[in-house]
Amino acid sequence: MSCDEKVDCGRRRLVVATAAAGGVAGVAVAVPFLASLAPSERAKSAGAPVEVDISKLAPGQMMTVEWRGKPVWIIHRTKEMIDGLRKTDDKVADPKSDRPMQPDYAKNENRSIKPEILVAIGICTHLGCSPTDKFKTGAESGIDAEWTGGFLCPCHGSTFDLAGRVYKSKPAPDNLEVPPHAYLSESRLIIGEDKKGA
Amino acid sequence: MKKLLLTLLFAPLLAFASGPELHLDKAPDKSRDYAALQNGAKLFINYCLNCHGASYMRYNRLNDIGLSDQQIKDNLLFTAEKVGEPMKIAMQRDDAKIWFGAAPPDLTVIARARASEFGSGADWLYTYLRTFYRDDARPSGWNNVVFENVGMPHILWELQGEQVMGPDHKLQLAKPGLMKPEEYDNAVADLVAYLQYMGEPKAEFRKQLGVIVLIGLALIFVFAYALKREYWKDIH
Amino acid sequence: MGASNYEKFKSDGTLAGNVLEWVDARFPLTANWKAHLSEYYAPKNFNFWYFFGSLALLVLVLQIVTGIFLVMHFKPDASLNSAGVPVAFASVEYIMRDVPWGWLIRYMHSTGASAFFIVVYLHMFRGMLYGSYRKPRELIWIFGVMIYLALMAEAFMGYLLPWGQMSYWGAQVILSLFSAIPLVGNDLATWIRGDYVIGDATLNRMFSFHVIAVPLVLLGLVAAHILALHEVGSNNPDGVEIKKKKDERGIPLDGIPFHPYYTVKDIVGVVVFLMAFSIIVFFMPEFGGYFLEYNNFIPADPLKTPPHIAPVWYFTPFYSILRANTVNFFWIDAKLWGVIFMGLGVMVFFLLPWLDRSPVKSIRYRGPLFKGALVAFVISFFILGYLGILPPTPGRTLVSQICTIIYFAFFLLMPIYTALDKCKPEPERVTQ
Repeated sequence: MSCDEKVDCGRRRLVVATAAAGGVAGVAVAVPFLASLAPSERAKSAGAPVEVDISKLAPGQMMTVEWRGKPVWIIHRTKEMIDGLRKTDDKVADPKSDRPMQPDYAKNENRSIKPEILVAIGICTHLGCSPTDKFKTGAESGIDAEWTGGFLCPCHGSTFDLAGRVYKSKPAPDNLEVPPHAYLSESRLIIGEDKKGA
Repeated sequence: MKKLLLTLLFAPLLAFASGPELHLDKAPDKSRDYAALQNGAKLFINYCLNCHGASYMRYNRLNDIGLSDQQIKDNLLFTAEKVGEPMKIAMQRDDAKIWFGAAPPDLTVIARARASEFGSGADWLYTYLRTFYRDDARPSGWNNVVFENVGMPHILWELQGEQVMGPDHKLQLAKPGLMKPEEYDNAVADLVAYLQYMGEPKAEFRKQLGVIVLIGLALIFVFAYALKREYWKDIH
Repeated sequence: MGASNYEKFKSDGTLAGNVLEWVDARFPLTANWKAHLSEYYAPKNFNFWYFFGSLALLVLVLQIVTGIFLVMHFKPDASLNSAGVPVAFASVEYIMRDVPWGWLIRYMHSTGASAFFIVVYLHMFRGMLYGSYRKPRELIWIFGVMIYLALMAEAFMGYLLPWGQMSYWGAQVILSLFSAIPLVGNDLATWIRGDYVIGDATLNRMFSFHVIAVPLVLLGLVAAHILALHEVGSNNPDGVEIKKKKDERGIPLDGIPFHPYYTVKDIVGVVVFLMAFSIIVFFMPEFGGYFLEYNNFIPADPLKTPPHIAPVWYFTPFYSILRANTVNFFWIDAKLWGVIFMGLGVMVFFLLPWLDRSPVKSIRYRGPLFKGALVAFVISFFILGYLGILPPTPGRTLVSQICTIIYFAFFLLMPIYTALDKCKPEPERVTQ
């Protein structure tokens, strides 16, 4: 009954062919099961782009909207705030936004489409806390005398300027992420979707 | 002895067949007719969605039947803000309960629920929506042939007109509606086709995939059977 | 076949060989492989009926895997959502529509439930055809009947979860059976439901039992079933013991190693089964209302019973037996008799090894009495199953009463007719 010695090529070929066919079938069966773990239609619907009306957002003010369960900040920066960004250029880790933390249309000195409006995801790139806004400048901010306004993460003390750029020598590795966004009109913003050519 | 047993057991079975019969008209199959399905979706959203929800059906699922997100947004999105949202009911559930005595059921899977030994759910709906007749004894003023003492009034009466139950238990069109009878039947067929599609949007894809799966299994069978034959040569 | 009788694996010097030797020195890997597969000698004359054991194992795996994925999305919650639909019902539709491929996983699970019973019924019938329950395989049979019982519990509780009308009213009827028990019945039924009616508490406990408790029991019983089988060896269509005739190495003359011969054969069976399974899953997942009942697409409504409720097809024979009891006799009422007979209808299978007095095991060598009795039993089982789907009428009730009597007579008269039967002589060796 010991057939192992007389294994002929035909038999081996059939074993391989059947195993291969079975393997392909196994992978094909695994695909739906693994795909079922991806976000459902409900999650996708909840994560769909959000439209925001920013006509009431005064200079110096900030608003938070929810997109995909994350806080998205929209900050209407004043002239002073934008000027302050030039002072922080040499204090931040990635002043030119070289790392891919923003869409190409926000890869500029203010990290925004319009200079005064910053859109950023309010989640610290360190370990996912949401930083708090520290818009008061100088010593009054309680951070340091040369503070030009920005954000402080309560968890591990990372600081970001008003373009969401992370300061040097802080735990957070990257600038705050700028989500895909576009202007539907002068005062209507859509978050979560790019408009080609916008 | 076997024969005796068989006759003994099966004879009474034949003697008492099923209970009351329900005669349903066969709904035309329009499951692949996108124009009909789109028309059905329009009718559903305009006429049914006022009182019935379709709370498991997302508007953007209509992509399946050839409607783009923009078309949905422009023409059909009455009870939601985003195309990813489900088809919510236009009225308040509590109001509905007061007006109709019972909250109108969710219609997402109605075409599956109405199937029976007498016909598919589509057949039932196709017959139901065409057999409303005037009945002053009912609070709504309407009755129905397949759904006796139905709570719902004939919502499509403007299209169909008014039917009455004749003395010969046949329906007669007493007052014509906006549509000719054939047009109305066709519109109801579209609506029913849509209801059936909505009951299981994946049904067409399911069948297509099934063919591929069976072909794949047939191929594996060839290998597996050859392998079995090869090994079993050893056994005498 | 103790695992310690096998020699440990010796490496041939390759990396894979070294790893295997390392493992085998610490874990009885090759010993178990040999004991249960490559040196488990099965009779060489297995026929079509012997596919269903391995298929039952396949369906068990299928149900566990699909079940694991369904649990990720299902919500056992009877409260109403904002659209006025029970959350549990809505979560099933969520799986069917919103979860990528959820429809396929759900249909595999719902079809798998029915497939499990088809396969298990055929497997049990095989045992009856060839006397596989007879000495020394009584314990295999007992474990098997216990698996069948656990499976019924598993299927019943699984059917409750979608919280449709049939789920709800089916559970209502079955759990009300407990109230037939004298004195404590009503309190017991309330305790089982965890509420005065079937409700959220019931749904949650059924969910817990369905996804963890009963599957654990099932796995343990299946292991015991297979271990017992491999201890005494498989029966075969001739019903003769292959271990009585061995060659000089102690290998049964009519035995062949399970692996590779029966593994390659079972693969063919698996592929054919999967084709039938796929036809149902992809082309007729409701199977005409038998696998997924139409009324279960209506959410549970505690205020409205559907005009006609029937259990899922695999319970209908026993449901018919329940309904066949319409008379009060002695001091016990018909309701309790129904429950007793339904319970006995399942339990009586346990006694089969001791009821059968025939000198032979296989139907091939049995006389006309047993063959006739088996045919009558199968026919009455089918008729009971069929009647269980239909609403009762006086005529149907009479037929189901006759069939119930045949059903029990098959078992209870077995010691008499098997002893009287004219059997043919069994052969010495298996035939081809």
